[in-house]
Amino acid sequence: MILSINIVENNMLNMLLIAAIYLGIFSVAGLFLVLLERKVAAWFQLRLGPNRVGPWGLLQTMADALKLVSKELTGTVKADKFLYNLAPYFVIISSLMALAVFPFTQEFQAFDINIGIFFLIAISSIGVIGILLGGWASNNKFALIGAMRSGVQTISYELSVGLSLVTMVLLTGTLQLSEIIEVQKNGWLIVQGHIPAIIAFMIYMIAGTAETNRAPFDMVEAESELGAGFHTEYSGMKFAYFFLAEFINMFIIAAIAATVFFGGWLEPAWLTPLGIAEVFPAIGVFWFLGKTFALVFLMMWFRWTFPRLRVDQLLTLEWKYLLPLNLLNIVLMALIVWLGLTIQI
Amino acid sequence: MSYFGDIYKGIKTLLTGMSVTGKVFLNNKNNSITQQYPDNRETLKMFNRFRGEVVMPHNEKNEHTCTGCQKCEIACPNGSIEIIWDRQIDPESGKKKKMIDQHIYHLGMCTMCGLCIEACPTDAILWAQNYENSVYDRSALTKVLNQPGSKIMPGVED
Ligand code: SF4
Ligand code: SF4
Repeated sequence: MILSINIVENNMLNMLLIAAIYLGIFSVAGLFLVLLERKVAAWFQLRLGPNRVGPWGLLQTMADALKLVSKELTGTVKADKFLYNLAPYFVIISSLMALAVFPFTQEFQAFDINIGIFFLIAISSIGVIGILLGGWASNNKFALIGAMRSGVQTISYELSVGLSLVTMVLLTGTLQLSEIIEVQKNGWLIVQGHIPAIIAFMIYMIAGTAETNRAPFDMVEAESELGAGFHTEYSGMKFAYFFLAEFINMFIIAAIAATVFFGGWLEPAWLTPLGIAEVFPAIGVFWFLGKTFALVFLMMWFRWTFPRLRVDQLLTLEWKYLLPLNLLNIVLMALIVWLGLTIQI
Repeated sequence: MSYFGDIYKGIKTLLTGMSVTGKVFLNNKNNSITQQYPDNRETLKMFNRFRGEVVMPHNEKNEHTCTGCQKCEIACPNGSIEIIWDRQIDPESGKKKKMIDQHIYHLGMCTMCGLCIEACPTDAILWAQNYENSVYDRSALTKVLNQPGSKIMPGVED
């Protein structure tokens, strides 16, 4: 099955069809990410996790989603109605848009834009506008504090995410995701770029976790002090949008890392002689999702290990440590590329 | 150079933490500490000291051992027990004496402290072993412990 999709050549109907497929797959995938998170959390804490609805609790989040859909949409009287209702869509649309550019296999990519990485960074920072809108329009002090923290956090860590990806772009020489993967046919970038690539990966994972507003960087929601942060006043499906967006964002951050550092849909080099990929190209989806979920697991591991940072510690970490290191790292990477010290397999 | 020292120390401690949680994650299958919900209602044997709710046992002749002394009512710290009593002629001795009409127990207020059961001189009330006490209407949580038509077991007051 070849799913070669080129927006320019195909008509409107095709676009809508693809959009519907993506929406369908990712809203269900988002639900199962929530389930995965709850199971992983349970295993980290010596618990069992959801185990009542369906076998091993597999349908638990489906039931939760149905419950949320059937719930009443409440809101505050003094909320700014228009912005209040707009905010969840901002958040969910921006995270769904980012999904379009990922190459799942060689053939399966909805939108192969030549500024792929740039597009991803740009889109992922739009989501924070939704959070700010939601917090502001709710007319609730906790929501506002949460939203402002989100602004501070995302603006700061956006820099590190961007710069660590720029470090890798120095190696690839292109922003287009399909070509970035093409470059990695000579070895994954984390191997090609060795030391600076590993540093960039570490910075990327830290900053990426902060971008998704997850623990240990969940200043935005901070259940123990802010209620639920920026979405305190949301209920029902609007709340579910925020919730789903958080998990899709986690998937996106992991998918970017898998694509840029770990070769996307490419199989590990030691498997290439077997030639499975030539006979059966769709296996790439397996590799891509496998790498992505390994990184998603890493982020869950962070969440259930580290204590939350205070706001000032959060900013210290970014501006005093990650950012200077990142800038140094770019210089190092530039030197390595210039002197031709990369490792090519 | 404490700047880079801090970074080194930070990364090291983070990795230590991750190795601890990672080990827990890998070993959790056998020693999960969760107590499962008791679904096996038929075969379940509850613990002796389990406190479900306060009940008053009756024998086959519909007799209980509550004398209506009100000690449990006084002992209860939050007023979960109300004894409604009056003085009636005892059919056997022909004397007037105190008898309970209704022993009212508010399960919804009870903190399961057990002081009433400690206080009862005739062991008329004790702990039940049931654990599914939720109801749809809170008025169902107000219970009359002595069964209708029941009377005190002869000889308890002697
Ligand atoms: S157990 Fe404690 S709270 Fe409950 S009725 Fe007896 S004395 Fe009152
Ligand atoms: S239950 Fe026991 S303490 Fe309470 S009134 Fe009856 S005999 Fe007295």
